[in-house]
Amino acid sequence: MTQAKNFAFGEDEKMLRDTARKFLQDHLPTDKLHQLVASDSDPYRDPPCHWDKNLWLQIVELGWSTVIVPEENGGSGMSLVALCALVEEAGRAALPSPFIATAIASLVLRECRTSPANELLQAIASGKTATLASTPKSASWLASDCDVCLVDGTLNGSAYFVQDARKVETLLVQCKTQSGLALYAVPTNSEGVEIIADGIIDLTRDQAHIHLNKVSVSDAQLLSEQACDVLEAAEPGILTLVSADICGAGEWQLQTTVEYMKVREQFDHPLGYFQALKHPLVNVMIMIDQAKSLTYNAACAVDSEPENAAKFARMAKALASEVAAYASNRSIQFHGGIGFTWECFVHLYSKRQKHNQVLYGDAKYQRAKLADLLMGSIA
Amino acid sequence: MSLKITKENAEKAEFRNYCRHWLSHHDAGTPLVKLPQSAIEIMHQEQLDYLRKWQGEAYAAGLIGCDYPIIEGGAGRKGCQAIANQEMARASKPFLPNILGLGMAAPTLHFHAQQALKERLLPRLFSCEDVWCQGFSEPGAGSDLANVQTFAERKGDKWIINGHKVWTSLAHFADWMILLARTDKSKKYDGLTYFVVPIKSTLGESVRVQPLIKITGETGFNEVFFDNLEISDDYRLDDVGKGWKVAQTTLLHERGAGPMVTPSSGRGNKKASAVGDAYALIDLAKDSMRDGQSAANDPLLRDQIMQMIIRQEGSKQGARRAKVEGLCEHPMRLPLQTKLVMSEIRQDNAAVALDILGAHSTLSINDENAPAGGEWPLAYMNSYGITIAAGASEIQRNILGERVLGMAKSK
Ligand SMILES: Cc1cc2nc3c(=O)[nH]c(=O)nc-3n(C[C@H](O)[C@H](O)[C@H](O)COP(=O)(O)OP(=O)(O)OC[C@H]3O[C@@H](n4cnc5c(N)ncnc54)[C@H](O)[C@@H]3O)c2cc1C
Repeated sequence: MTQAKNFAFGEDEKMLRDTARKFLQDHLPTDKLHQLVASDSDPYRDPPCHWDKNLWLQIVELGWSTVIVPEENGGSGMSLVALCALVEEAGRAALPSPFIATAIASLVLRECRTSPANELLQAIASGKTATLASTPKSASWLASDCDVCLVDGTLNGSAYFVQDARKVETLLVQCKTQSGLALYAVPTNSEGVEIIADGIIDLTRDQAHIHLNKVSVSDAQLLSEQACDVLEAAEPGILTLVSADICGAGEWQLQTTVEYMKVREQFDHPLGYFQALKHPLVNVMIMIDQAKSLTYNAACAVDSEPENAAKFARMAKALASEVAAYASNRSIQFHGGIGFTWECFVHLYSKRQKHNQVLYGDAKYQRAKLADLLMGSIA
Repeated sequence: MSLKITKENAEKAEFRNYCRHWLSHHDAGTPLVKLPQSAIEIMHQEQLDYLRKWQGEAYAAGLIGCDYPIIEGGAGRKGCQAIANQEMARASKPFLPNILGLGMAAPTLHFHAQQALKERLLPRLFSCEDVWCQGFSEPGAGSDLANVQTFAERKGDKWIINGHKVWTSLAHFADWMILLARTDKSKKYDGLTYFVVPIKSTLGESVRVQPLIKITGETGFNEVFFDNLEISDDYRLDDVGKGWKVAQTTLLHERGAGPMVTPSSGRGNKKASAVGDAYALIDLAKDSMRDGQSAANDPLLRDQIMQMIIRQEGSKQGARRAKVEGLCEHPMRLPLQTKLVMSEIRQDNAAVALDILGAHSTLSINDENAPAGGEWPLAYMNSYGITIAAGASEIQRNILGERVLGMAKSK
């Protein structure tokens, strides 16, 4: 299969994206975001979980949760490219919400093709939230690795690096069974589920590890008995969405820093006059542009060229992870002393980017995996 | 509207088929001499003759200049040069020798010359009957191009030219030159005027061309001295004092960001095309032993190769995204990156190739045991030509920082 030349980014996708951009500009300008998530600066505070539930309800109204849910499950059956554009806007606004976690859960559910999975997709399309709980303590991103077992109809063990766990209603828990790997839908308020918040640096999302102690599950919760295949199939889409968040957040970092270069004067010149500042920002722009092009290419591949999706998604996440690091580094440094203060907004984005950078594997990891795909494994 | 688009697409598809068919039935023949890596390193008449014949045939077949109006020697098509370029590259046809003509002189003539001059000069440029060169840079005017001092003095309906151009690629074969000259010493930018100048007929008299040797030992560029060269006022483009404005058209196209797509072809054969390409680094690593083991097993080299493939793919996808308005933040943001990004990727690809080759990387084209014929170290050296010429990388970063990001102008 081949991709559409324009990444299948047409009028509908553009309208959806533009509406989202405007909505977030109006409802979550950066000063409001700062008030929302950075009211408490104590580094030893209990892990916070700040988000605006009302805003989320409006987002559901706007239909963001329906985008990639198939029409037969009550969704709007749009492309990953469309979702990618929304996630880019969420990144630009550094939106704290269950949006991306739920979108990732939807990507996984799409691959399950069972009635419990379709029912959950249907619920997501009408506003239910979910997140993936499949990563073991070793932070292995391989779909085959997990620390939860199914024993006598109950789930036991732990899942780590669970995104926005305190904002969602349902966990997609991967577990080892006698015959392989399965995926279950587990309500967060189930008996035996303990959600332990991680103290993470990112103020715009929450993360937790989850202990499952004799959590009974029924067949109605069994999303897939081929969890490994399902997660592998969903992985390119997941990497693409995180890359899209990075591109959006990176663009904010670039534009905000460039703006400062225009207004702050030293040595009788606006700072942008000095090439030691100008040229690195051009480099940030070039990297963002490459990451963005690769991200839309990957999204379009997931939609219409699945045989190349893994390859292109690793490319996107590899370059995006570099953007996350470099744009953050330059944005703080180029704001000078102000950039080092809690009051300045740049740290919010740097922290979100740090989280994005490592989530589901950083640049080095992606490149090693890409090399295995393109060159074969090391002999 | 949609009907028009369908018709246009059908025409393009037909044109692509036509190109493919013609290219598969046309053999450019085998050159009798070894060809350089690109047009700006052509040293010998035999190299030029072979390449010129190929360009002429491709033009006659309608693959070159096809987006230009018929009256100017083109085919009056729209958006077809890019298709012809893709097909010529895919067919690994030789490169086109008249690149300064095709990439710079032609669009500048098209947008700024009198009709009669276009009709006279463009067909011969496309066919490569006339070779063109670019007389912009001078010893004191490189990055600061507007500082050119070569002077054109008006004498009735003639101009008398005196001065010294440098790094003038292909001047040793050129029939014509695009010339940026000063006509008013009291103003910097507004004191410039743009001419096209026949240089061959007066060679050795009022025009002297002296070769410069590159770091590779190749020639290809020159110094050009004008000593009272007399030209007709018919050869002036646009008004006196508007040379800087006209030069912007040249420079925009030189950097791959202008409205006319520059005709380009392949690299002669698959092996030559591989030199400079990131994906070729994979096989290079598999074929290379270094430090006692296969380079393909070295995790650090694998990482470097992947970095290059990712950047190259990123810029390829960028060219695709540049055409999707809804996915671009600023209309010139991607086009103005083209030259900078391509030239740096080529340089870094070659640098990684040398890393892969390890101790073998210093074997050069004069050593029969050199891996890949020693073309990679040559490509690495030649890559500086592209990061310096046509606006050095540092200047490109100024332009992007100022025109696209809107930061204050640096000196
Ligand atoms: C292979 C090759 C082919 C060429 N062919 C042609 C040709 O056909 N016709 C023609 O007219 N010219 C040609 N040139 C000349 C080319 O355009 C100039 O070399 C180029 O514009 C740079 O000018 P310069 O050499 O004077 O370097 P300089 O301007 O002296 O620059 C030296 C270094 O300083 C940097 N620099 C300069 N100004 C600034 C600034 N403001 N900010 C930051 N950094 C700065 C440059 O980037 C460079 O790294 C060719 C050059 C090469 C290498």
